Amino acid sequence: MLDNNQLLRFTTAGSVDDGKSTLIGRLLYDSKSIFEDQLEAIENTSKKKGHDGVDLALFTDGLRDEREQGITIDVAYRYFTTPKRKFIIADTPGHIQYTRNMVTGASTANAAIILVDARHGVIEQTKRHAFIASLLQIPHVIVCINKMDLVDFSEEVYNNVIAQFEEFSSKMLVRDVRFIPISALLGDNVVNRSENMAWYQGAPLLHTLETMHISSDINKVDARFPVQNILRPQSESFRDYRGYAGRVAGGIFRKGDEVTVMPSGFTSKIKTIDTFSGEVEEAFAPMSVSITLEDDIDISRGDMIVRSNNKPESLQDIEVMLCWLNNSPAKPRAKYTIKHTSNEQKAMIKEIIYKIDINTLNRGSEDIEIGMNDICKVKIRTTKPLLVDNYRENRTTGSIVLVDDATNETVAAGMIV
Amino acid sequence: MSKYYLNYLDELESEAIFVLREVWAQFQNPVILFSGGKDSIVVTHLARKAFYPSKIPFALMHVDTGHNFPETIKFRDDLIESLGVRLIVGSVQESIDQGRVAEEKGKNATRNALQITTLLDAIEHHKVDCAIGGGRRDEEKARAKERFFSHRDDFGQWDPKNQRPELWNIFNGKHFEGEHFRVFPISNWTEMDVWNYIKREQIEIPSLYFAHEREVVWRNNSWIPNSEFLKLEDGEEVLIKKIRFRTLGDITITGGIESDADTVEKIAQEVSAMRQTERGNRTDDKRSETAMEDRKKQGYF
Repeated sequence: MLDNNQLLRFTTAGSVDDGKSTLIGRLLYDSKSIFEDQLEAIENTSKKKGHDGVDLALFTDGLRDEREQGITIDVAYRYFTTPKRKFIIADTPGHIQYTRNMVTGASTANAAIILVDARHGVIEQTKRHAFIASLLQIPHVIVCINKMDLVDFSEEVYNNVIAQFEEFSSKMLVRDVRFIPISALLGDNVVNRSENMAWYQGAPLLHTLETMHISSDINKVDARFPVQNILRPQSESFRDYRGYAGRVAGGIFRKGDEVTVMPSGFTSKIKTIDTFSGEVEEAFAPMSVSITLEDDIDISRGDMIVRSNNKPESLQDIEVMLCWLNNSPAKPRAKYTIKHTSNEQKAMIKEIIYKIDINTLNRGSEDIEIGMNDICKVKIRTTKPLLVDNYRENRTTGSIVLVDDATNETVAAGMIV
Repeated sequence: MSKYYLNYLDELESEAIFVLREVWAQFQNPVILFSGGKDSIVVTHLARKAFYPSKIPFALMHVDTGHNFPETIKFRDDLIESLGVRLIVGSVQESIDQGRVAEEKGKNATRNALQITTLLDAIEHHKVDCAIGGGRRDEEKARAKERFFSHRDDFGQWDPKNQRPELWNIFNGKHFEGEHFRVFPISNWTEMDVWNYIKREQIEIPSLYFAHEREVVWRNNSWIPNSEFLKLEDGEEVLIKKIRFRTLGDITITGGIESDADTVEKIAQEVSAMRQTERGNRTDDKRSETAMEDRKKQGYF
């Protein structure tokens, strides 16, 4: 593997019937990422279950209950590497708690693969998946029209699905959509180019994943540095060292830059940007570094270092697209802990503006209960201002989670609008 | 703008450093679970980087089964000394002596499962609220569902069906008295990534990983090292082979593979051509299809 190879995270949405597990199995198998002992285990299980040949879908089974009941309960992460890239798949189950799991998998993804059964075309589930991909601002969407072998590899079927998809997705904000006709079962256009669809001029799925441009997925304009810890070694050689440890959440910081520390508003200049391997001239997202400033300023965890001419908004009332992830519904006017970058405050859901019917994608304002898997636009009031960007501008400084203080569970995830 | 991206190893490193810094911010008394294996060595190396120029603000905790490779203990003690951090040892032998656990019987008896009690006792005794481990999601199917910040109840148990959702890079380490977290900074790394990183960073690892001549016995499809704990079965004989270990656990359960790889470069090359998973040589995972999940639920690493 080459030193400049990148990491690409993608999520797969679909149910067992769409051939999602088969597709993942196929990607791993054809890219030679399945080991012999794993393959043997799958072969044995396939035989026990009386399947013909090797059922690649079995490769994605995980927990005991899942193996016994033949369902997927939770997001599972899988890994494979080609000579061009390293890949992380967030494999999200299609049936149970799909919103919760898909939202989780989508939150860190560069790309989403949405599976459509060629025989059925775009169905409600496809719309849900596309909607969540756009809600979570996954930069690239690949619609795989699967089971092309069952529709005689027909170009017309493929074109119809594209037309159906484009009709409803035009209302959503998806930046980059591609369509690939595949057969996960037979391997057409997954890793290897299909010999059955000469009419398709595009690249197979793996090649698409290997070559799509992802460097600009991260905001490189608005410099944001949420402070995680203060490093004060107080050792012989670093007596007066005071470094601010954190991971750049957006933009580029350079030595000598004029910066403002929020929320205090004090300004200073970047003295050094340090790493274990030595000083660096500049740091960009998502680098973990430690920054020292020319002036002694009181800075603590939760503060944000930004460039003086480009600041985030400081808000106590924020509007958020909220996904509820917990079995117990939201309690009206109850207090939660809100977590935003390295900051933490108390917060209250003040108002539900509307709720989205995930099946029709319509907005409603009559139903004001927020329960598991619901997606609502809400107003949240926090005890102290948060330093926020719009989620569309920055997925790190634009996202929050809510924690229920009574259970300590993460109950909701939100995108700032 | 094209130069403003990280390669995959830098991105994995940056993610792990971010996670380690979150641990320091969110917990009172975290420790690094240190086994002497390559994964915990890499985690320790990352902790050094995360807090530089400060020292690692965590103690290292070693669960000592008493069935160690002598090389592992020497390596551990040297590392502790050079880092200037505290070492906490939980002893399985003590747990046995105190009657907390009973030794397994029979040919395939090991102390692997006994570690769970010792680990949980040490966590309770030292009031540890976060144990950082080198577990990776690619290792095993139950681990594929593990969170970076993984909650354990006050019995130390993992409830895989009721895990907290983990979105973006927001980690929730909130817990009640008596509960703790397991945190896995290198969740997203594969075995190959670990080796490429060791190579790039020139991280020192125990000599056991390199090909060397050793007395071994062929058992369960791998070369089990001869030791005072090994009881020969009928038909088994001790041979001298040039082997190395892909993972390090107890001397009683860690099988070696025949190899000539005596440098990190050669190991990385060998691993990239491997057709067996690394835990394929661990008899502890072969007990049943869900052996890892069952142990993890009880509180295993």
